[in-house]
Amino acid sequence: MKNYFVLAAAAMLFSFSATAQKYFTKTGKISFDATTSSSPEKIEGVNKTSTCVLDTKSGAIQFAVLMKGFLFERALMEEHFNENYVESNKFPKAEFKGAISNNDAVNYSKDGTYAVTVKGKLTMHGVTKDVETPGKLVVQGGKIQATATFNALLADYSVSIPGLVADKVAKTAKIGVDCSLELLK
Amino acid sequence: MNKRTINFFLVLSFLVSTTGIRAQDDDLLKLLGEEKPKKERIKYAFKSPRVINSHSMEFLNPGTMDFRILHRFGQVDQGYKNLFGLDQASMRMGFDFGVMQNLMFGFGRSTYKKELDAFLKYAPIRQSTGPWSSPVTVAFVSGITMDGLPWADPSRKNFFTSKLGYYFEAIIGRKFSETFSLQVAPTMVHRNLVATVATPNNVYALGVGGRLKLSQRVAFTWDYSHVFIGMPDSGYYHPLSVGFDIETGGHVFQLHFSNSTGMNERAFITETTGRWGKAEVRFGFNLSRVFQIKKNKKHKE
Repeated sequence: MKNYFVLAAAAMLFSFSATAQKYFTKTGKISFDATTSSSPEKIEGVNKTSTCVLDTKSGAIQFAVLMKGFLFERALMEEHFNENYVESNKFPKAEFKGAISNNDAVNYSKDGTYAVTVKGKLTMHGVTKDVETPGKLVVQGGKIQATATFNALLADYSVSIPGLVADKVAKTAKIGVDCSLELLK
Repeated sequence: MNKRTINFFLVLSFLVSTTGIRAQDDDLLKLLGEEKPKKERIKYAFKSPRVINSHSMEFLNPGTMDFRILHRFGQVDQGYKNLFGLDQASMRMGFDFGVMQNLMFGFGRSTYKKELDAFLKYAPIRQSTGPWSSPVTVAFVSGITMDGLPWADPSRKNFFTSKLGYYFEAIIGRKFSETFSLQVAPTMVHRNLVATVATPNNVYALGVGGRLKLSQRVAFTWDYSHVFIGMPDSGYYHPLSVGFDIETGGHVFQLHFSNSTGMNERAFITETTGRWGKAEVRFGFNLSRVFQIKKNKKHKE
């Protein structure tokens, strides 16, 4: 009987400690750049309201981005992005669900910079693809700065570019992630 | 049931509850709770701030300028000798400016009657979703026109104000779905000077305009105004235009057929002389090119 209580106490402790090891942000920055050398203007947008949660125990990491939250320098570009390319009414969110493959190499209780590899599934424009990218975690004063840059082939996510502008928009978009994560209480 | 089994179940339920918490870990984003629904404006009901001739419920983005070149050719019933009207052309060149998301103004000049026109358009209510949302956009347009032709009778005493006309319009529109938008627009046109005593100075009309998206970049549009009060007895008709919006990157081409020549509210509501039934329609196009004159700084910072 005693054993059961020990087990239960351990399980409870475990679960409490597990919830205490989540870091999050609701103001993560995700940018994308589809400029090519023949683009007449910079094709870049930025979203500063991305959501991210990182479980430091398991290394699981998740992102959610509202497509309409991408801001552009040119209003018309924003319109075309939402209306013609990513169809943000039909597919309002992009999501990434994955994990840090080398989570053991990161000491979250010690300040420092850690190189990580993130592997997971990116869902955008209704299509889910496997993504693997190197990234960086900077642990400092109880906060985690997570950054990464990776490429996404637009055709993979069935984002079609009409022939007329085919040479003015890059086939691959460079996606940048920059999130400052805080402890989730 | 002995004490031992009770304890066993107690512990089991603990374990189940704790594993329950762990199972939620599957979706980490759920830990942050549901986002509160926000009020969100419904955008892009029409590709352009004009349906074809009439103002649409849509506005230019703040900081942008729309350079518009409008062409109306001759009547199609002229046949091949005039290349179905293409030998003649009447045009309007205009500049529209977006000031705020619900405020814009513009001006233009038409070859027809060498007329200048200017307008101010404001929407107190925009269609939106979420709390405190509105199912429709309500916009008001106020415009002025100035006839540029020389006086018909220079020997009599002429007043500058005689050249002027005004129009006032309310637009109530709704984007019903991604593909379908519809608007109604009660309009009043006032002309300071009219040709005869019998011609009324005030004309009241109801505009009905819509868009049906056929593909990502092509839409079918129609624009009709029914003149209820003030239509002269003969020779004038209700203006109807039907056409296609074609979007090619930075341009929007509006290709259409219309029975009116005029390209401002005063001209197309009160002076449409063609009849659709007699093929007295004209081919025409609007070319719209939007320039960003003030860049959106929001994404820098």
